[in-house]
Amino acid sequence: MKSLKIAALAVGAVALAAPAFADLVFPSLSYRTGPYAAGGIPYADGYQDYMTLINERDGGLGGEKLKVVECETGYNTQKGVECYEGTKGQGALLYQPLSTGITYQLIPKSQADEIPILTMGYGRTSAANGAVFKYVFNFPANYWAGASGIVNHLLDINGGDISGKSLALVYHNSAYGKEPIRTLEELSKKHGFSVTLLPVDHPGQEQKSQWLQIRRERPDYVLMWGWGVMNSVAIQEAANINFPMENFIGIWWSGSENDVRPAGAAATGYKAATFHNVGKDYPIFDDLQKYVFDKGMTAGAGDQIGTAIYNRGLYAAMMAVEGARKAQELAGHAAITPQEMRDGLENLEISEELMNNLGMPNFGPSFKVSCSNHGGSGDVGIQQWDAAAGTWSLISDFAPVDMEVIQPLIEEDSAAYAAEAGVEVRSCN
Amino acid sequence: MSPDFLYAVEVLLNGLMAGVMYSLVALGFVLIFKASGVFNYAQGVMALFAALTLVGIMNGQVPFSHLINAVFGTSVHEFGWHVPALGAIALTAVVMVIFAFLVEKLILKYLIGQEPIILFMATIGLAYFMEGFGDLMWGADIKALDVGLPKGGSIWIEENTAWLAAEGSRFFGFFIDKLDVSATLVAVVLVIALTLFSQYTATGRALRAVADDHQAALSVGISLRAIWVITWSIAGFVALVAGIMWGSKSGVQFSLAFIALKALPVLMLGGFTSIPGAIVGGLIIGMGEKLFEFFVGPLIGGATENWFAYVLALIFLVFRPQGLFGERIIERV
Repeated sequence: MKSLKIAALAVGAVALAAPAFADLVFPSLSYRTGPYAAGGIPYADGYQDYMTLINERDGGLGGEKLKVVECETGYNTQKGVECYEGTKGQGALLYQPLSTGITYQLIPKSQADEIPILTMGYGRTSAANGAVFKYVFNFPANYWAGASGIVNHLLDINGGDISGKSLALVYHNSAYGKEPIRTLEELSKKHGFSVTLLPVDHPGQEQKSQWLQIRRERPDYVLMWGWGVMNSVAIQEAANINFPMENFIGIWWSGSENDVRPAGAAATGYKAATFHNVGKDYPIFDDLQKYVFDKGMTAGAGDQIGTAIYNRGLYAAMMAVEGARKAQELAGHAAITPQEMRDGLENLEISEELMNNLGMPNFGPSFKVSCSNHGGSGDVGIQQWDAAAGTWSLISDFAPVDMEVIQPLIEEDSAAYAAEAGVEVRSCN
Repeated sequence: MSPDFLYAVEVLLNGLMAGVMYSLVALGFVLIFKASGVFNYAQGVMALFAALTLVGIMNGQVPFSHLINAVFGTSVHEFGWHVPALGAIALTAVVMVIFAFLVEKLILKYLIGQEPIILFMATIGLAYFMEGFGDLMWGADIKALDVGLPKGGSIWIEENTAWLAAEGSRFFGFFIDKLDVSATLVAVVLVIALTLFSQYTATGRALRAVADDHQAALSVGISLRAIWVITWSIAGFVALVAGIMWGSKSGVQFSLAFIALKALPVLMLGGFTSIPGAIVGGLIIGMGEKLFEFFVGPLIGGATENWFAYVLALIFLVFRPQGLFGERIIERV
């Protein structure tokens, strides 16, 4: 009897200690504290709310509940790696690190642990080459696509000719901020415009020198690759020198409500590139209201719903869920493994029909992922801020970018990584 | 005059005014260091907390609303009123006095007679606590701050200086930000008020006595703890002023705590114990970093300001280790 009790206790202890693999686990490396919390909170809220919706409305995915394991990184690379190490044993299917620094650290780890990572609109751009980066995905768009998308927009509003135009790039003086430089230089050769580079040191609270230079040189357009306080200061400084806001265009990490609101009415007209739509005029928000918000299951305070970065979190979660759905379809069972999740992501096809069915019509571009293309279509749209209404509007639809320029850069950089890291390039034929 | 010369003058003027903004932060450090010998690591966070509180009061935001809603399942966010800027500034000043009182009551009184490094470590802890407490109290979202200060380039100055360059040259008149002008005026008033307070009031004299010698001040009946509350209250008010100026520029957000980084080279250069030193140090740093960026920046890829401010301060330290206006400490063994 005694040994039976001991055995029962041992079984119970093992059951408690073992990771719960019954759920589909999606770690959320979030940052709700620290200097970038204003951007981290809406993203984490959107990500979690979408997963809650799938659980509450559909009973999970293929009968398996979705489980979000949130881990606070504070936008700190070291903490991000700790979060990865601390959660991967819980059956993690996919990581979305929400930081370029953390992504760079996780790329070799994901390969070794065979757990996929998805970096939407950040991370290592050349990860779009799936032949080299088997476990990394960065659809639907990357920084180089962002640079090309902005240049395409300038071509559109200038009748297809921007030769002789002058551009200034105000950028965060970091690896992230320097990402578009090479692409812009290549595009400048092709289209005949000039680029002046204006680095801003972290955190970017003082930018008087850069904006005095812009005032002196009067470029036709100013592009911005900023983050955090740098964005709001730049927009205020642009307003101070009466720079035309409609000629000031940021990347998507410089395109949230947080960036434009401090400048008030003066920010009206400011534009930003985007790879997903804005606002909450989509059927999915009705479902979120019914199954999540009304039930008091909102991830955060519920004050971020429909903001630019909330929508990005929502969109990121949608990608994770659709990747898992595809993985279940390919594997023929619901309780998928990380490797099967990777296969699902690699065979993912986002069509407008699917987006309609999800209650997200025209929320993002249509694209197809493949073995060689982990970056999707790279289609980029442009959004514009209206301070009086307090809303962004998508003023140009998601359009293809210049892959003639970008693809060789991706090939070059990924080949360099493969050589440096000793990665075997797989055949995608 | 040549446009290049005029541009250099424009950079110089803007550098001086940027320096005033740095000085506003440095002043808070100086006040506390003078009175207690403590390098207050939390000064930047105090500016953030003061600005958060000011915006919260102005907008009628319910403090700790996220916590209240999470615990009680309520949905309270705002009281529904709007407090005028001046009233909100006064109320925030009261909050900063309460803050000073609590700092003395909960931290400093237990550390009397301890080494300065212990007090410094305590302020590091205070800074981390205040960061989290501010988030919890007012939320982490970025808040617009408008206390009615004019912003943007002055058209009048622009139009009335454009003639300085020859017609047809690419000079568009001097750019002077109206917010920087306001900051300069506020800094002048603040320094005059602080000087008059310390020179001509009994409390001010007590502050100076404590600054000169703690033991001697105590022996003539000056309460060290009361002086600390007063000092931290004044530093809190200076933090509020800095928070208003920087917050008007960038919105009130967590990064305001980083403005302390801009004050460090100012303190190294001006000295930790001198109010005029904070002002002059700020002007030299602001002017120096902007001119360096203007002349040398383009040759070496730009973004020189952050590191050049420290290089400039270090150059001064080689000749005057105590800073331009700092007290020379002579220790004999």
